[in-house]
Amino acid sequence: MSEFPILSLITFLPVLGMIIILFLPKEQPKTIKYLSIAITGLQVIMAFVLLANYNYGAAGINEENSFQFVEKFRWIHITGISWLGTVKVDYFLGIDGLSMPMILLTAIVSFIAALSSWTIDKSVKGYFALFLLLDTGMMGVFVALDFFLFYIFWELMLLPMYFLIGIWGGPRKEYAAIKFFIYTLFGSVFILLVMIGLYFSATETLADGSKVFTFNMLVMMNPANYNSDGILSAFNPNNLRFIAYIALFAGFAIKIPMFPFHTWLPDAHVEAPTPISVILAGVLLKMGTYGILRVSYPIFPDITRDLMWYIALFGMINIIYGALVALAQKDFKKLIAYSSVSHMGYVLLGMASLTTAGVNGAIFQMFNHGTITAMLFLIVGVVYDRTHTRGLNDFGGLAAQMPVYTGFVTVAFFAAIGLPSMSGFVSEALVFIGAFGVDSIRVLTMISTLGILLGAGYMLWTLQRVFFGPLNEKWASLNDLDKREYAMLIPLSVIIIFLGVYPSAMLDLMNTSVNSLVNFVSITLHSTTLSGF
Amino acid sequence: MANTNLYQSLSLIVPEIVLTIALLVLVTADLIFHKDKKSIPFVALAGILLTGYFTLIQIGNYGFAFQTSASAFKHYGMFASDPFSIFFKVIVIVSSLLIVFFSFSSDEIQKITDRIGEYYALIFGMILGMYFMISATDLILIYLSLELLSLSSYVLSGFTKLRDRDSEAALKYLLYGAVSSGLMLFGISLIYGLTGSTNLYIINSLIQSPDVNLFTLAFAVILIFAGIGYKISSAPFHFWTPDVYEGAPITITAFLSVASKAAGFALLIRFVKTTFVSYTDPNGMWQLINVFDWKTLLISISILTMTLGNFSALWQDNLKRMLAYSSIAHAGYILLGLVVFSDQGLKAIFIYFAVYMLMNLGAFLIVMLIANKIGSEEIDDYNGLGFTSPFLGVAFTIFLISLTGLPPTAGFIGKLYLFIALVDAKMIAVAVIALLNSVVSLYYYVRVLKHMYLTSPTKDTPAVSASLPNTILVSALVLATLVFGLYFSPVVDAAESSLFILGL
Repeated sequence: MSEFPILSLITFLPVLGMIIILFLPKEQPKTIKYLSIAITGLQVIMAFVLLANYNYGAAGINEENSFQFVEKFRWIHITGISWLGTVKVDYFLGIDGLSMPMILLTAIVSFIAALSSWTIDKSVKGYFALFLLLDTGMMGVFVALDFFLFYIFWELMLLPMYFLIGIWGGPRKEYAAIKFFIYTLFGSVFILLVMIGLYFSATETLADGSKVFTFNMLVMMNPANYNSDGILSAFNPNNLRFIAYIALFAGFAIKIPMFPFHTWLPDAHVEAPTPISVILAGVLLKMGTYGILRVSYPIFPDITRDLMWYIALFGMINIIYGALVALAQKDFKKLIAYSSVSHMGYVLLGMASLTTAGVNGAIFQMFNHGTITAMLFLIVGVVYDRTHTRGLNDFGGLAAQMPVYTGFVTVAFFAAIGLPSMSGFVSEALVFIGAFGVDSIRVLTMISTLGILLGAGYMLWTLQRVFFGPLNEKWASLNDLDKREYAMLIPLSVIIIFLGVYPSAMLDLMNTSVNSLVNFVSITLHSTTLSGF
Repeated sequence: MANTNLYQSLSLIVPEIVLTIALLVLVTADLIFHKDKKSIPFVALAGILLTGYFTLIQIGNYGFAFQTSASAFKHYGMFASDPFSIFFKVIVIVSSLLIVFFSFSSDEIQKITDRIGEYYALIFGMILGMYFMISATDLILIYLSLELLSLSSYVLSGFTKLRDRDSEAALKYLLYGAVSSGLMLFGISLIYGLTGSTNLYIINSLIQSPDVNLFTLAFAVILIFAGIGYKISSAPFHFWTPDVYEGAPITITAFLSVASKAAGFALLIRFVKTTFVSYTDPNGMWQLINVFDWKTLLISISILTMTLGNFSALWQDNLKRMLAYSSIAHAGYILLGLVVFSDQGLKAIFIYFAVYMLMNLGAFLIVMLIANKIGSEEIDDYNGLGFTSPFLGVAFTIFLISLTGLPPTAGFIGKLYLFIALVDAKMIAVAVIALLNSVVSLYYYVRVLKHMYLTSPTKDTPAVSASLPNTILVSALVLATLVFGLYFSPVVDAAESSLFILGL
């Protein structure tokens, strides 16, 4: 569509910034910080340029010509000897209604996190270099349409994240960092295996009629492209589609994180510095659910339909379990971490419904959770910077001492609870509407609604413990927010309230694609559906 | 007739002849310049560059040198010059070149300048052994080249005599080597007894006859495998590796871990392919003669090797020792390329070796440069080094990540092609085990990063900086590791054009 390679630019701009930073002297931390904020700010501007030029009617999903801002170049092409097959990897970027909200989210959250990184004073150069590398990895995952490219971006995030937690983290940073690294790598090796399996199962027919193996995801989505003896081809009676689906799902589920793969999350969150918690909760967790929607759903529609109920079940477990564990927390950050587990459960539930309302709700919830949790972590960061403690019982009565701060906290908490007029309400409502309409998962949905109650419980209780009641004399000298903190919290609050009042701004963006996805997953047959149970 | 044959044979072994001449020149030069030995390394360098040149101009060669007298097999000889051998020879000569560069700046080697001539002469002995090993198609030549390689390596692994562990390394290496070469020789004699020939092609045709004694054959093959398995340090013949790698001068350790291993693998592949494969089908799958179950043997050995290597590496505090176990694990991965018995797998082995050479030598180079400065390879001495020595720290990080097999590094491409070969052969379970192994390996590679970066530097943390030539060398290796990770067409093209093994 567009001649200008804006997607490449938005993806690789941070790497460019990283290279510049590496050449800057480390005695100028301010320059480095300003540069990083400028780069992420530029990314936000570009994301809005994308939004302004976005065609709301184009579906994307499985049709290459309805993707937008497409860039497609031959990257690796090995013709070689005929029986080895031709290897083809494309540099293939494009966006549709699934990725557009995620790009906006990534740009905004990265910018806010860069602002919030202002307080970092240890090895500033290394920190921002890694931060920007991470940014590229995240953006890349959301724009890549070639599985190989997708995987490279996916793995690219691991190392910066390891260092960002490991070097700038809290007391148990080493443990948290390596746990995160090994857990995610464990998940991604399965993704790799499925990727190779798919590569051998589907072939692309080129213009000259020759067939080549390819990593192009859109090719893998079309059942007609599968060859008869591919191990992941439904034409093959001994295919492994079911196992592959589970492996792929597990790889993504670790990132979400889905129960029982969630144990790395509280550790990583508690030890990570505030901006990295913001990135982690705001963007990284979304990659898991995005991956399922982008890869698992359209490539394995048959198995997805078979396993709907189980996905919903895990969604329900996430909601209830996360909320119950959150109730028991005494650490502010851990509480938010577990509330993330609970809120990502709504995304799973909405996705499992396979209805337009449910999937719309799920993606909207991904966006909302990103903004709300980012805000919650910033809120913890504000109080932690001042007091160096996060114990929920160490505070009390902060409302009198820091009234403006408490105002923002209330917005974020109510949004997390899902109060009407806040964005969280709309997405959760859509998820429940979508899921409730499906007979098979109705009971699960009904149980899941308890999560809202529990969510209100731990949030309000926290509000009460930290902000109301008598002021703990220790904190009588705390200052209210400074300018930088305003700059971080105001945009997020505006987004949360704006999308609560006018959700169509976001929903219209994804609706066409979601319709197309739901339709595609619901009706696409993979020949004889021998796989499954 | 005989003269043309001899002439043709000699023309095929020009690189080996050049190596031999270079070796002799080195020994002579060592005698002539016994006062000032500064020029010796450059003689060695020239010898390697010349050999490299003559190896490269052989690309595209197909032919046998020293053909047999048996009339039915008169086209086959004891020395094959084919694209397969040239690929491995290029790997060997490039790593030799890098090792000579390493030796220029290695502290250990600087301390023995009075014996530098012997040092390089022995290295040339090793290269010569490897060159013949890669091309040998006759059991006698196989054995001789293996011994030439081994004897030179024994001496070199204890060469510096700076510490007790050097002599220990050499002695251990010698003892293990002697036992396994004895076993191998016994295996060769049994094969000769069974078939009456030492030529692999003749053996190939004879063991296809129904009246070959399968039990004796299997026994002989296992004995021969002991000799080869020891060279590639596959389990259960790997016990010498950590001690020798730790005790030997680091240049020799690096050389053993790449070049010697490459030659061993070339020998194993050629031995299996020419002796036990009846034909290659149009899909590139090798059809094994049904006399010996190579598949089961190699799958078990490969899994055992990588698992033992990875899990033992977890506990190592000495980086040379850790890299030794890591190289054992990598031998396990590379074996996977053979167990699929297809050209696809062979291609994966080529690619893996090309990238393994870059990243493993890179890692050893960094360890050496750091050891030059701090005089230790203990992981605890690396604490905070990433902050005081940013360049080497980042380079080491990239090499270790590549060894783990994460994108966007070349190591990922190596692993990717191995797994592609496995999935293509429908060996999913093996692929899963190998992948889980690479998750385990992440832990010990990242452990180094943890010490370098997650521990803050103290006042005593030394700052290690590389000299300009070393900076260029490290940068070149880093660049290659990254570039081949993102644009790997050249490696794959080179591998595909080298698939041809002369013969069947």
